Amino acid sequence: MTDMKSLARRVKELEDQLVVCIRCGTCQSVCPLFEQTHREADVARGKLALLDGLGKNMFENAKGVEERLNRCLLCGSCAANCPSGVNVVEIFIKARAILTEYKGLSPAKQLIFKKVLSDPKTFDFFTELAGKFQGVFTKKEDNPQATSCARVISPLLDNRHFPSMAEKSFHRLTPRLNTPVGKSGIKVALFTGCIIDKVFPRIANDVIEVFKHHGIGLYIPEGQGCCGIPALASGDRETFTKLVDHHIRLFEREKFDYLVTACATCTSTIKKLWPSIYEGTGSGIKAKIRELSEKTLDINQLLVNNVQFPPLDTRDEKKGERVTYHDPCHLKKSLGVAAEPRSLIKASGHELVEMEDADKCCGMGGSFNLYHYDISSRIGNLKQQNISDTHCDTVATGCPACMIQISDMLAKNGANVKVKHPLELYAEFLRNRT
Amino acid sequence: MIIMLMRVLKATKTLVLPILKTHSHERIPMKGLIDQLIKIVGKDNLLTQREDMVTYSYDAAVLDPVVPHAVVMPENSEQLGQIVKVCSTHRVAMTVRGSGTNLSGGTIPSNTSGVVVLTGKLNKILEINEADMYAVVQPGVVTATLAAAVEKKGLFYPPDPGSQAVSTLGGNVAENAGGLRGLKYGVTKDYVMGLSFFDSMGEHVKSGSRTVKCATGYNLTGLMVGSEGTLGVIDEIILKLIPLPKARKSMVAVYKTIKQASETVAAIIADRIVPATLELLDNFTIRAVESYSKAGLPVDAGALLLIEVDGHPGQVEEDGRRVEEICRETGAQSVKVATDDAERDRIWAARRSALSALAKLKPTLVLEDATVPRSKIPAMVKSLQEISKKYDISIGTFGHAGDGNLHPTILTDKRNKAEWHRVEQAIEEIFDRALELGGTLSGEHGTGLAKAPFLEKETGRSAILFSRRLRKAMDPYNILNPGKITGVI
Repeated sequence: MTDMKSLARRVKELEDQLVVCIRCGTCQSVCPLFEQTHREADVARGKLALLDGLGKNMFENAKGVEERLNRCLLCGSCAANCPSGVNVVEIFIKARAILTEYKGLSPAKQLIFKKVLSDPKTFDFFTELAGKFQGVFTKKEDNPQATSCARVISPLLDNRHFPSMAEKSFHRLTPRLNTPVGKSGIKVALFTGCIIDKVFPRIANDVIEVFKHHGIGLYIPEGQGCCGIPALASGDRETFTKLVDHHIRLFEREKFDYLVTACATCTSTIKKLWPSIYEGTGSGIKAKIRELSEKTLDINQLLVNNVQFPPLDTRDEKKGERVTYHDPCHLKKSLGVAAEPRSLIKASGHELVEMEDADKCCGMGGSFNLYHYDISSRIGNLKQQNISDTHCDTVATGCPACMIQISDMLAKNGANVKVKHPLELYAEFLRNRT
Repeated sequence: MIIMLMRVLKATKTLVLPILKTHSHERIPMKGLIDQLIKIVGKDNLLTQREDMVTYSYDAAVLDPVVPHAVVMPENSEQLGQIVKVCSTHRVAMTVRGSGTNLSGGTIPSNTSGVVVLTGKLNKILEINEADMYAVVQPGVVTATLAAAVEKKGLFYPPDPGSQAVSTLGGNVAENAGGLRGLKYGVTKDYVMGLSFFDSMGEHVKSGSRTVKCATGYNLTGLMVGSEGTLGVIDEIILKLIPLPKARKSMVAVYKTIKQASETVAAIIADRIVPATLELLDNFTIRAVESYSKAGLPVDAGALLLIEVDGHPGQVEEDGRRVEEICRETGAQSVKVATDDAERDRIWAARRSALSALAKLKPTLVLEDATVPRSKIPAMVKSLQEISKKYDISIGTFGHAGDGNLHPTILTDKRNKAEWHRVEQAIEEIFDRALELGGTLSGEHGTGLAKAPFLEKETGRSAILFSRRLRKAMDPYNILNPGKITGVI
């Protein structure tokens, strides 16, 4: 019981943030998980009450609270709509860290996070190994989403349909790059992000191409790794801190105007969580993190704000497709970026068709999809339905994790819809013009 | 592939760490009850673990939580009826809960051996009848969901409580919820044509009808509206719908003093105009909204009135012009009429953000709703200013000036014991002043636990005794949300 008391003391540190919740219950109207289960412990108000209870030492052990706290997509729909401005995502991340530090990381997660994820080289080694052998366990499917699925019924993959690992990850194709500033007058560093590096290198290739077209100087340092969100979501602040330190050192080697990512989750993590959660004590490091996060931008934002799009002529518009757009939670709810990707789609000569509830979570939620695939799929299927109802050829979204989830849902339903990043559409448009 | 890697992680975890059996908090066993409830709804719809119980121990009222014994989630009327029967057999207290947005503690469990019944899965709109203009709904349908569904058919369900995006119709009926449109369109009770419910023995009782007129039997529907789950458990509601107004016009009037604003309210009513909404924001609230939303509100204004007239286009035009004149005649510094939907939305966004803006100022927010006859609004506003000064606490006042239902909102921090004590005294004095002015303790939030101890002040002893006898007759075992409204029987 004494250690429950010490845990209570640690949770009490969150008290000033917890008391902001006035229990109005508005979060129930926007939580994608609550919509499925109607359980109070699944929505922010319930979880905040549980943390409050933990701080008051109301429970015999922390397991039940931890399980419920982890049943969350971290989509931030609640925070974006909270009348009292409760900083829900930050509280949950901190609470997960406190609980993990209290009871220790599971041996499996120890291995994955501390030995693999925290060191970009080891992480690359394992993912490349997995990439080489993926054909043994999975087979490619002939569908517009170009997904693969398990060859035999596999408890590891369920009936998922997932984009295959790239044959060559982006950092193999382009280990490093440093191009001079051109006609745009700006220099931009690219934080590649794991999923783009290992699953969708084509998006990073398109970044190079588009930047070249617009004369944007591009800096891609060698040795990049993960932004830290998977570790943080599992409460592993140590690995997170290590990763932040690593990238701060990596990016301070060159001067640039903006740090850009094409991954909504990486952008949101660097902008919001790096400054608020980092607890390292190195001299001057916090100021450096602040500085870097302030100049971090989503790729759509960068392009819309900084380049002149080529004028569309009627020929372009005829070639254009009907495209619908899904708002990634980490772009719209976390960063307020919603208009820019839409502008980019239109600038690519396509007709933008809005789907119902475009800003509703797709149900991916990182490891949520892993541990709660059934609920994740139920949420994802609503998204699939809304996409299919638009009768569009393509759904675009600014987050590779959403792309994976949406591909899975569309493939499962045999929908004839391609899944692309808005940047890919723009790069295609530039290619087709010349 | 990453997914595969993560799956390996999950599998390893399961192998490495044998799953520890969860020890739920053990309390007085009521095994028979729990087993019977599981038989009715299945084990996925019955919760008993302590962690889950804690999440049903509160609602939106600032009151102490009570952790229930079990929580049950029926999926249809039959299951609901069986649950009531089982609870009746075991003499177990039941508290029905929609979204738990109650502001008077009506959905806080009655005791630690009580059962909470969730209506979340009873959320079907059973019928929208356009020819006869009514809707039949289950109690768990969210208010805004019905409003949107009928609007698509050109119909209108006017009651719009502040929590409509999340509140349920069952909760609205049980609390007789109001909203911004009370002045012209009335409140929930004015739209309930009929309902069916399970009595305390689990017998299914039907009342009211699908007709506009219905003169048979006792008006049990009327009795059930606002009964806060103390007389029966509602399973179906027939709601009246009306045609959607064809036009509307919104405006915002700025005043130097709150007195002038309240005089405008009286003058509009005296001119025989009934706006759909007539909302007031005091200076404290204006400043809070402005610092939160940067909407460009005049922070030095004593008060704002937000007014909307609706109806036939010709009448809206005429009423709108006359209201504008009255505002100016009674001292408005400026009157701005919304010229398009975007401007209209901005006006109402300011009103809707009032509570949020105030909530951000201090950790604890007590939303009161003592209501007075609308002609007494100036006197009530004056009283609130005096009370705020006397007890040295922050009170922001906004609300439905048109129907006398102001929301004095007290901002405090419950952890500050001395201040909290002053807040409790202030609330009691607000009640006293409202009653002196011929008003009521609650316009729309209900009695619940929060106002039960004060109800006698408003109604007198015999009304309490009569209510208790009525309740005893309908609920002999005292299992329907005991402790609410009439206090301990």
